[in-house]
Amino acid sequence: MTTITDPPKESFRLSQLIYDTRYRSLTFQAIAAMVLALSIWYLGNNLIQNLRAAGLNISFDFLRDTANYDISQRLIEYDSQSSHSRAAIVGVLNTLLVAFLACITATIFGVIAGVLRLSNNWLVRKLMAFYVEIFRNIPVLIWIIIIFTIMTAVLPGPRAFRGDEPEASMVLDAFAFTNRGIYTPGPVWGPGSMVVVATFIASIFGIVAYRKYATNLLYATGRLLPTFWPSVGLFFLPTILMYFIMGKPIGLDIPELTGFNFSGGIKIGGPLIALWFALSIYTGAFIAENVRAGIQAVSKGQTEAAGALGLRPGRVMNLVVLPQALRVIIPPLISNYLNITKNSSLAIAVGYADITATLGGITLNQTGRAIECVLLLMLFYLTISLLISAFMNVYNSSIKLKER
Amino acid sequence: MKKSVFFGALTLAGLGAGVAAAGTLDDVKARGKLNCGVTTGLVGFAAPDANGEWKGFDVGVCRAVAAAVLGDATAVEFVPTTGKTRFTALASGEIDMLARNTTWTFSRDVDLKFTFVGVNYYDGQGFMVPKELGVSSAKELDGATVCIQTGTTTELNLADFFRANNISYEPVPIETNAEGQQQYLAGACDTYTTDASGLAATRATFENPGDHVLLPEIVSKEPLGPLVRHGDNEWGDVVRWTLNALITAEELGVTSTNIADMSAAPGDNPEVNRLLGTEGNLGEMLGLSADWAKNAIMAGGNYGELFEQNIGESTSIGLARGLNAQWTDGGLIYSPPFR
Repeated sequence: MTTITDPPKESFRLSQLIYDTRYRSLTFQAIAAMVLALSIWYLGNNLIQNLRAAGLNISFDFLRDTANYDISQRLIEYDSQSSHSRAAIVGVLNTLLVAFLACITATIFGVIAGVLRLSNNWLVRKLMAFYVEIFRNIPVLIWIIIIFTIMTAVLPGPRAFRGDEPEASMVLDAFAFTNRGIYTPGPVWGPGSMVVVATFIASIFGIVAYRKYATNLLYATGRLLPTFWPSVGLFFLPTILMYFIMGKPIGLDIPELTGFNFSGGIKIGGPLIALWFALSIYTGAFIAENVRAGIQAVSKGQTEAAGALGLRPGRVMNLVVLPQALRVIIPPLISNYLNITKNSSLAIAVGYADITATLGGITLNQTGRAIECVLLLMLFYLTISLLISAFMNVYNSSIKLKER
Repeated sequence: MKKSVFFGALTLAGLGAGVAAAGTLDDVKARGKLNCGVTTGLVGFAAPDANGEWKGFDVGVCRAVAAAVLGDATAVEFVPTTGKTRFTALASGEIDMLARNTTWTFSRDVDLKFTFVGVNYYDGQGFMVPKELGVSSAKELDGATVCIQTGTTTELNLADFFRANNISYEPVPIETNAEGQQQYLAGACDTYTTDASGLAATRATFENPGDHVLLPEIVSKEPLGPLVRHGDNEWGDVVRWTLNALITAEELGVTSTNIADMSAAPGDNPEVNRLLGTEGNLGEMLGLSADWAKNAIMAGGNYGELFEQNIGESTSIGLARGLNAQWTDGGLIYSPPFR
């Protein structure tokens, strides 16, 4: 005979908050939250009281005032009569520009060096090990300064290009490498040039569509279409044809030495180059190690199995090893991208006008609004970092192992 | 029990009052050392010499204040500051005073809440160019690349000057004078601009100073002087009148060599007597000893001596007195009377 009894009713006792595992974590979290809130309140209150004692207030009105300083590296229209907020936007764009460029080149450097570190060639392997160890073990600020100093010391000044027997001359009569930056020809958009650009964009889509078609055909019927040469053809031919049909609407603006500097064309400033290059090779060394780790994380059996199926080494790498290695590579790659973005704040060392140099430097100094400027800076870097992180996490979840 | 609570409360109240009332002067006296903000290195104004000892015109002001307050010209902790960090360092109390060729402007005085105690050098912004450039006027600098120290008034003057003359330029912002010098010498910029005195000081350190010229245009007024925080008037008075003591000493002919005799006994000139504390109680009014001004002048000499030793015509920097001559010699250096 069994008697059904109700489980004994548990009465809640205060000691359960600590001794009962069901409640313990909640208790500690609540305590931590309270401590956090209290310290934030204390710091905030401290700030407000001290500001009041010093007769200062927090106000963002200064952003509307005239900035009164000039910035040479700018992506949007700006002059000394623009407002501080516009100077900040110029800085934001410059930060994003250098971070974007450096992320791309760092990835390229990193992947090449990482793959070559596993080369069978002793010399190549050791050279890459040397690159990685040298670059990642010296602070990036020092690299920025080294590269900038070398650039200003080795490359000729614009003055050297002058005269009948100039000490320096332009490469191909179009590119000038000076210690103030590199001047390259820039496009001049004539009427009808948009048609050429549209054709070019259309041909890119065409290449993607063609390759997709070739892949589908391969999977469906096993017939292998050539992809390389048709892609190259599609890339160049329609655009060049359209260029002549429209009567050469796009001209080239070749830099010319006038007065103190070259004018015309596109100038890539020395500070940008130094910062971009330093961030790229420095972070590239870290990425190389990630790539190497990722490749080595793929078991050798996979390579051997792919080889046994008759795949050539290049295809083994592209089709079997790298897709699996990416799962290991991407998460640390995200933090490397974040590091590039944050390290770009060292720009002021070479006079590159990033957000730290404009809003956190000159504006802060001229207005004396240190707290406001630093708050804005923190907000900016936090937003950008979270955005990059979110974006890369989406990518990560798209390539990570699909467990079914 | 009751008594101890009472005394405890009294101590607390006393502490509170102490914190509220203690000014910079008391802090400096208690610390036994003056924290003085200077440049990171500008020969003639403030730079460490071969023995690591700070020397220069601004350094002289720091030492004079230390001597006046503490009676010891070496009781100074020099805190190197850049154009960007100097105001934060002063506002936060990291330094007691700033003597870093800082221009007295409205917004710094009013908005940033500092008190400029006087002017120790009347300067103006100039341009330095290599001689081989063949430029004879700053108005010919259209399209030039200009090296400029960031976070300074010169940055704003530069923008104003080029805008007013409707010519263009490319700024290269740099952090310290040493960086600017390196960029300029490497030819990464065509011209270097800062206060004319700074240019002269920088040029003096070049290998071939003769290859570089200062352009005749002085594009701004740059009254440079020491400053302290707003709101601590006792301390402001100490620094102000120490500077004035150096200036008055020159005017009255009190030098570091004759001061020992002049301060031994009251002389014929009542103002000298008041200055050196042999008559009246000016030192007491400032909260200092009676011989405060004597100590200040003995630290490095009077204003004129400081000028001659550090930046004058006999030094490699070779600045003429010009505007910085005593008012009796047609300059602008003028101290209110000691009375």
